[in-house]
Amino acid sequence: MTEKVVISDKNLEFLEKIERLSGEVITRCDQCGTCSGGCPMIAEMDITPSQMMHMVQLGHPAVLDSKAMWLCASCFMCTVRCPRGLDLSKVAESLRQMKLRQGIDYIDIGKLPEHELRNLPQIALVSGMRKFTG
Amino acid sequence: MMNEKESSHQDNRIGVYVCHCGGNISDVVDVKRLAEFAGRQEGVVLSKDNTHMCSDVGQQLIIDDIAEHHLDKVVIAACSPQFQGETFMTTLATGGLSPYVVEMANVREQCAWPHFDSPEKATEKAEQLIRATIAKVRLSEPLERKTMPIGKRVLVIGAGIAGIQAALDLGDSGFEVYLVEKNPSIGGHMAQLSRTFPTEDCSACILSPKMADVRTNPNVHLSTYSEIKAVEGYLGNFKVTVEKKPRYVDIDKCIACGICEEKCPVKNVPDQFEEGLTTHTAIYTPFDFAVPNKNLIDPEACLRLTRGGKVCGLCAKSCPEDAIDFNDQPEKVEFTVDTIIVATGFDIFDASEKKVYGYGKFDNVITALEMERVIVHATEGNPIRDLGKRIGFIQCVGSRDEQVNREYCSRVCCMYATKLASLLKHSGPQRDLYIFYTDLRAFGKGYEEYYKRAQNMGVKFIRGRVAEAIENSDSKKVTLKVEDTLSRQIIEAEFDTVVLSVGMGLSKSSEKIVEILRIARSQDGFLKEAHPKFKPVDTNREGVFLAGTAQGPKDIPDTVAQASAASARAIRLMNQGEYAIEPIVAFVHKELCNGCELCVPACPQNAISISSNKAQVNEALCLGCGSCISSCPRGAHDLHLYTNSQLLEQIQAALEDKKENEIRILLFADDTCTYRLADSVGTAKMPYTTESIIIRVPSGSRVTPALMLHALKFGADGIFIGDCEERSSPFPHSGRVMKENVEKVKAILQQENIEPERVRSRQFVTVMLGGFVNSINELADFAQAAGSIPQEKREKLGKNKNKELFGEKYD
Repeated sequence: MTEKVVISDKNLEFLEKIERLSGEVITRCDQCGTCSGGCPMIAEMDITPSQMMHMVQLGHPAVLDSKAMWLCASCFMCTVRCPRGLDLSKVAESLRQMKLRQGIDYIDIGKLPEHELRNLPQIALVSGMRKFTG
Repeated sequence: MMNEKESSHQDNRIGVYVCHCGGNISDVVDVKRLAEFAGRQEGVVLSKDNTHMCSDVGQQLIIDDIAEHHLDKVVIAACSPQFQGETFMTTLATGGLSPYVVEMANVREQCAWPHFDSPEKATEKAEQLIRATIAKVRLSEPLERKTMPIGKRVLVIGAGIAGIQAALDLGDSGFEVYLVEKNPSIGGHMAQLSRTFPTEDCSACILSPKMADVRTNPNVHLSTYSEIKAVEGYLGNFKVTVEKKPRYVDIDKCIACGICEEKCPVKNVPDQFEEGLTTHTAIYTPFDFAVPNKNLIDPEACLRLTRGGKVCGLCAKSCPEDAIDFNDQPEKVEFTVDTIIVATGFDIFDASEKKVYGYGKFDNVITALEMERVIVHATEGNPIRDLGKRIGFIQCVGSRDEQVNREYCSRVCCMYATKLASLLKHSGPQRDLYIFYTDLRAFGKGYEEYYKRAQNMGVKFIRGRVAEAIENSDSKKVTLKVEDTLSRQIIEAEFDTVVLSVGMGLSKSSEKIVEILRIARSQDGFLKEAHPKFKPVDTNREGVFLAGTAQGPKDIPDTVAQASAASARAIRLMNQGEYAIEPIVAFVHKELCNGCELCVPACPQNAISISSNKAQVNEALCLGCGSCISSCPRGAHDLHLYTNSQLLEQIQAALEDKKENEIRILLFADDTCTYRLADSVGTAKMPYTTESIIIRVPSGSRVTPALMLHALKFGADGIFIGDCEERSSPFPHSGRVMKENVEKVKAILQQENIEPERVRSRQFVTVMLGGFVNSINELADFAQAAGSIPQEKREKLGKNKNKELFGEKYD
């Protein structure tokens, strides 16, 4: 079923918030799709990076429920290729921040089994904390 | 109402006329009081008020008074000189005076209209304006408009379709054309194309008759294989130096029989015209419909020319006309022209810069220009490449892409890709064609219909910019990865041939021409037009015009239209036999000049030279901006119509009646933008501070630090200088000079413990009405809050400031 997008002042607020957080002028995105075509994580994503940008342009809060921003590996492939010079990694990070500021922890370090803590590379723990805790 | 008296000023007999403007002025301002006031000023022998000065009756009044009362100068207090200035100049000329001894006091746009709600203040301000205008006119000189002779000779640089069209239009109109082309044949990129959109005319078939016309037109002197080395001079007198490269073949003898090509043993020279897809011999003709259709030798490939002049020589031995000359040398040719048209064209974007598409590395990735040649050869039954079944076009390669510093759209790629795809589908209906685009731009006449026709034929248009191309190392097929942004699916498909729709950039050879002609470039790198709307083919240099893609990406119809426009603009200047130059030009007080040369680099027109240790100004080159004046430590430079002494008198008169504790600010308004903007503010009846007097100057750079310091010394509490924003300025350097001058004055004020914020500047466009009002009011508020400058501080500003302005050396 096709979902209706309702546009209200909330949408604009959402867009402005993400633009402030990321420092990127998201309305500059002209939806060419270069980001998606080269994204190494695209096969796992539910929405494409360009779709993510489009939803933010419209201020559609459902973008926060997508998986794409969590799957972004911050490899910067999209950033170095974007013909409009936009940094999509920053936008994905801002979306993660929006979600995490709701105070939801997706992992609890205290509850990780000890053998995993011992075996996990330190960098994985650091990025896990950074990406998945509010 | 009339006041008449004998002049007390022995040199002047000034008449002052105050216009009611049918109530526009007289409803607010007390015009009778103004006329009486004017009558009391020094040098004024007569002052009158009248309902409509610009009417026939008003003008006749002036003409009669000139005769009866022997007036030698006139002031008209009425509307803006932007509206009726020309009218009254003509009136004076009719009355037998120089048109340059009339000045207008703008009491409508600057008093009656913006200050409509305070009639008393408006009248006071009008008095100040009239007094200042009379002070200026006292020193006016009876200048005459000069004329310079101009002939009918034009240089057209570049013989692509733009240069060809311009040369033919001019030649057909009886003008003498020097057409200079760097390549061995004329024709440019259009000669390389297969067909043209949207009509699918064969490009060579419609171009070659025009090329033949160039050859046969008696008014067109064609120099091919030639480069412009130098251009000196100005409109009506451009001295051009051209270097003809050696062809090693006498084109008067050569009959292009082809025997030499058969004999030549060097057969592997990449053919430039064929985009390197095929090869030719070291002695060759550019292409089969070249003009001139004559042979030439590539000196870097020829065995004889590369190996010391002893070997080979087979071409010379076989030539039936004895046309080969291995000792051919570059030849310098010099001639003089009156105007110049620059039609130097474009280079395609170097696709190997966009590494993700693998151009130059992958066998089956080619440019669209290469595809043009492939199609031409296939059409001629002489295919040079197997294209396979599935062909993909990648759009916007080197266009709309900040990663390669090309932000602009090249305008033609959508349509040429559509054309190439249509031609390929037409010649091979089994082919599967895809165009991957960002936005499809089918803007021209018949283009949308042509796009639809391609869709009807089955060409698929996929909205998405290709992210990368990967070559299959065995099959050499190319996989493209792209998001179909409409379905949000990722396409990974294999293509037999991938075509890169490369954009346009300014040609390398144009870059040299820019330096030689000293013409401006816009931000996108292309050549800059004098005004984007009203002077689209003029440049910043008078007599130099633009045509074709050197000015920006465009298709053939637009190029041809622009070339005809450039011809018409050139003819407009040339067909009178002479052209008028405004006497608003710089001049030098020789007795003050010591030949220090500081002024020479200050002139963007290169109009100043030093001769016998004195600066001199070339009046034909001078545009009258006045920026040279602030470069001179000795005050030797000056500008007619806005002389130093005139402006000083005007400033002093504007401040003369200022009472203690009153504040007054002076606004120096450049003629092109700020003065007109002030008129618009007046017309819109937008009030601003009445404690401001506007002084008209040709440019912001005319207001020297010395003038600013004098204004402050004489009683100004704030100074505002308005200039044009660069893109709309006739003097693009003026804003920079203005800002530098303002900074110098601020530093001096700082030293003297005067608030530097009292001196401000801003660059305007003529629509910034609110910005203008705010700027003036903010300065007035600042001056009001800071108070009037104490007299003892003002006195110090009168001292010599050369050390601060020009450094120790000029102290």
